[in-house]
Amino acid sequence: MHLYPITAYHYLVLAAALFALGATGVMLRRNIIILFMSIELMLNAVNLNLVAFSRLNGHVVGQVFALFIVAVAAAEAVVGLGILLAFYRNKETLNIDEVNLLRG
Amino acid sequence: MLEAIAFYGLAALILGFGVMVITARSAVHSVVFLVLNFLAVAVVYVVLGAEFLAVIQVLVYAGGIVVLYLFVVMLVNQKRTPEAHHDPHRKTGLGIMLASAVLAEVTAIVVYTASAPSASPIPVSSPVVGGNTEQVGWLLYTDYLIAFEVASMLLLAAMVGAILFARRMD
Amino acid sequence: MTTFVWLLPFFPAAGAAINGLFGIRWFSRGVTAAIACVSMLVSLALAIAGGVNAARAPIAREVFLGEWIPPIPAVTLKGAAAFHASWVLLIDPLAAVMALVVTGIGFLIHLYSTAYMRSEPRGSYARFFCYLNLFCAFMLLLVLGGNFIVMFVGWEGVGLCSYLLIGFWYHKGSAANAGRKAFIVNRIGDWGFLVGIMAAFFAFGTLDFQAVAAQAGRWPIERAQFGGLSIICLLLFVGAAGKSAQIPLYVWLPDAMEGPTPVSALIHAATMVTAGVYIVARNAVLFSHAPLVLAIIAIVGALTALMAASIAIVQTDIKRVLAYSTISQLGLMFLAAGVGAVSAAVFHLVTHAFFKALLFLGSGAVIHAMAGEQDLRRMGGLKRYLPVTFVTMVVGALAIAGIPPLAGFFSKDEILLQTFGRNRALWVLASITSLLTAFYMFRLIAFTFYGTDEPSSPHPPHEAPGTMTVPLMILAIGTIVVGFMGIPRTLGGANAIEHFLAPSIAETRAVAFLKVAGQPDPPGTQEMIAQAREELERDRAAHRAAFPVSEATEGRAWALMLLSTLLGATGMAAAWRFYVNHPEVPRRAAERWSGVHALLLNKYYVDDLYDATIVRGTFGAARELWRVDLRLIDGFVNAWGVTTRVLAWMSHMIDKVGVDGAVNAAGWSAGEGSFLVRRGQTGLVQNYALVIILGLFGFLTVYLLAR
Repeated sequence: MHLYPITAYHYLVLAAALFALGATGVMLRRNIIILFMSIELMLNAVNLNLVAFSRLNGHVVGQVFALFIVAVAAAEAVVGLGILLAFYRNKETLNIDEVNLLRG
Repeated sequence: MLEAIAFYGLAALILGFGVMVITARSAVHSVVFLVLNFLAVAVVYVVLGAEFLAVIQVLVYAGGIVVLYLFVVMLVNQKRTPEAHHDPHRKTGLGIMLASAVLAEVTAIVVYTASAPSASPIPVSSPVVGGNTEQVGWLLYTDYLIAFEVASMLLLAAMVGAILFARRMD
Repeated sequence: MTTFVWLLPFFPAAGAAINGLFGIRWFSRGVTAAIACVSMLVSLALAIAGGVNAARAPIAREVFLGEWIPPIPAVTLKGAAAFHASWVLLIDPLAAVMALVVTGIGFLIHLYSTAYMRSEPRGSYARFFCYLNLFCAFMLLLVLGGNFIVMFVGWEGVGLCSYLLIGFWYHKGSAANAGRKAFIVNRIGDWGFLVGIMAAFFAFGTLDFQAVAAQAGRWPIERAQFGGLSIICLLLFVGAAGKSAQIPLYVWLPDAMEGPTPVSALIHAATMVTAGVYIVARNAVLFSHAPLVLAIIAIVGALTALMAASIAIVQTDIKRVLAYSTISQLGLMFLAAGVGAVSAAVFHLVTHAFFKALLFLGSGAVIHAMAGEQDLRRMGGLKRYLPVTFVTMVVGALAIAGIPPLAGFFSKDEILLQTFGRNRALWVLASITSLLTAFYMFRLIAFTFYGTDEPSSPHPPHEAPGTMTVPLMILAIGTIVVGFMGIPRTLGGANAIEHFLAPSIAETRAVAFLKVAGQPDPPGTQEMIAQAREELERDRAAHRAAFPVSEATEGRAWALMLLSTLLGATGMAAAWRFYVNHPEVPRRAAERWSGVHALLLNKYYVDDLYDATIVRGTFGAARELWRVDLRLIDGFVNAWGVTTRVLAWMSHMIDKVGVDGAVNAAGWSAGEGSFLVRRGQTGLVQNYALVIILGLFGFLTVYLLAR
């Protein structure tokens, strides 16, 4: 694998890096909003992968799948932010560390 | 050559904005960097020949979802910074390490695969004739019609759920 | 006319409904009285029309108004049959006569009551007229009913109205008790009546009067044995004895005098109490096939007549004297029915209705004048103050004493004549009764209107208003006139009433036909009427031929007539002598025969006997049953309760120790056993994400190593 010419694998590496960045964000931050945004980053990485494979195979099915992922991401964001608002009204905070009702 | 320049430039932008998103102090800054990140990804889509998806990326992600985030950031009037309380059990370092390790492993896999003799480097094939949007639309309304309808139902359910959650419960 | 016969009971019922629903709250006395009287007047007009019709066409007409009880499978003597009841009215000469009596006397008494009840509060006044109208409606239903079921509706309805009106002044304890007594004693009679109806249905498979008569006519006459017909008749007579106050069920009638006087006149003298005589007359064919029961009826009637008359001669309450007189006269009617002179019984029923209503209304005027006083001994010398009442009451007393040519003479003479022909002993009893009747009636007149004692009330008594005296005068005229329809052949009369009633009583009756209300007469009606007339004429001629007016029978009739007149005159004279000329004689007689006097004064101790046996027996049995309840049933229930409680406690302990213990042990073991796993549940989202990434890392590592 070389730096040039650009193959689909290059895009896969880029997507992996973006996914790792998102995962790092989820691990690092405590603000729930930024957590959500990190998840969006990860979803984007996945989309990037799909589009790259679509290019690789010369078929647009991957793009169709990416479209569905966009729809799911929208739904996730909407419901997640709704829960976030409700949570904020109850606890007056957005710190993920204070969301620990499941503690055993 | 031109494609290489575009790819590396865009990759730098994407990763750079991604780093800014997860490190910015203020949530508003994060959102702004997220928009820029999304736009860069959309350009990558164009490069890859997925024009329709690029438009959707701009409209839905950069236009819709991010606005939603901005609204929420403004709605929650934070009295104290969310970072104030810190749980000792969260093991942030371990998480970052694992994420990096995963990245390294994936990269290794990709590189090995690309270098394998059986999988000789496949150049990015030329864009398919007939127009990307037409093809996507054709597939969406024939083979994946049911999935498409289910997705719309999912969005409706998400909408109803969001309204229910966000409503004042008193 | 026939089609509209249902309007007869309808008008009084409508009056009762209007007065009962609206009058009690809103109507003035005048409006209430007008509604009640007009409804009766309309009914009277219809009854007259019906009577004329019945006289013209002497056949029975049945008017079908509607189905009531749909057919129900039933078992009868002749196998399976269907029991069903329909609203059928029957209009024939007997029903017409009864309807005329009920509406005529009913109307006069309504008129009288408008003044008599004037002092009642407004709501109470409307209530009275509501009950009175309702009574007339039910009485008309009773006499017009075409089958036993419709008749029974009327029968129970008049019983209800009687109860309501006896207890009209319900705040007075004695009136309420009297109402209850009447109701309960009537229940005993009604029991017999109802069982009799059931037995009749079982025997004949139908309850229609015409059909029953037709079928009974085909059964053999039970001369020697006490067969099915006799049982039915005896049961029906139990009902009749209850309603018509015969031995042993007469005790309620004297107490019924607690009700207002017009009620006593209408219900307990003129109409309702004659219902018993009416059912015997209505089922004359049936009864004539059970001679043994007829004998029982005759004996009971004669004994009742004598007993009640003997009690009446010592009673001091003016209304009670009349009550016992009523019982006595009803006894005479049953005697007549029992010896087979059904038309004589009905004739006496009619004349008695007139003169007894007259006497009761007269006594009401007296009570009215005396401001509520009913004790004969406190009265006296009222002749001067109450001239109209005096004259009319004397007319009534002469009639009941059997002085010619008043109504009572003809009817009573007919009964005595027929009884003499059948049984001399019963004739003797009846003759003594008529002697006593004349005696106690003129004792009453003497006590009330003669005597030197000034009345004890503070202000002088006054004659009643016109609305009370006019009915008295009309009834007095009726008392004089009504007997003329039954002048016997001996006196050159036609005995019109007997011929009039013959189609209802004779066994070979004209064919009845069914007519649906609102429809024209079925074809052939005129021919049927003509045929019926012919048949009757033939019967009459045959009867004349069979019993010719011979010298011997003529002479016997004359002799009996003279004798009964003489007896009446003797009774009157004795009363006159005892109570006007020599007032000390009765007291001496009472002292001399103190035992007899006490016996009569205490009404033969029958009430006390019933009280000691039946009433106390019922109470005692109830108390014993209560004890059984208390000890046995309550004990059983309590034991059961204790057992349940013990079982429940045991169950509770099992729950608490066994079941709860097991559940708690499961929970405790789960809680304590999870101490290792629990530490992994930090509740931090990022820790869970960490695990996911760890898994991803592990998977990728394995992949890398394995390739």
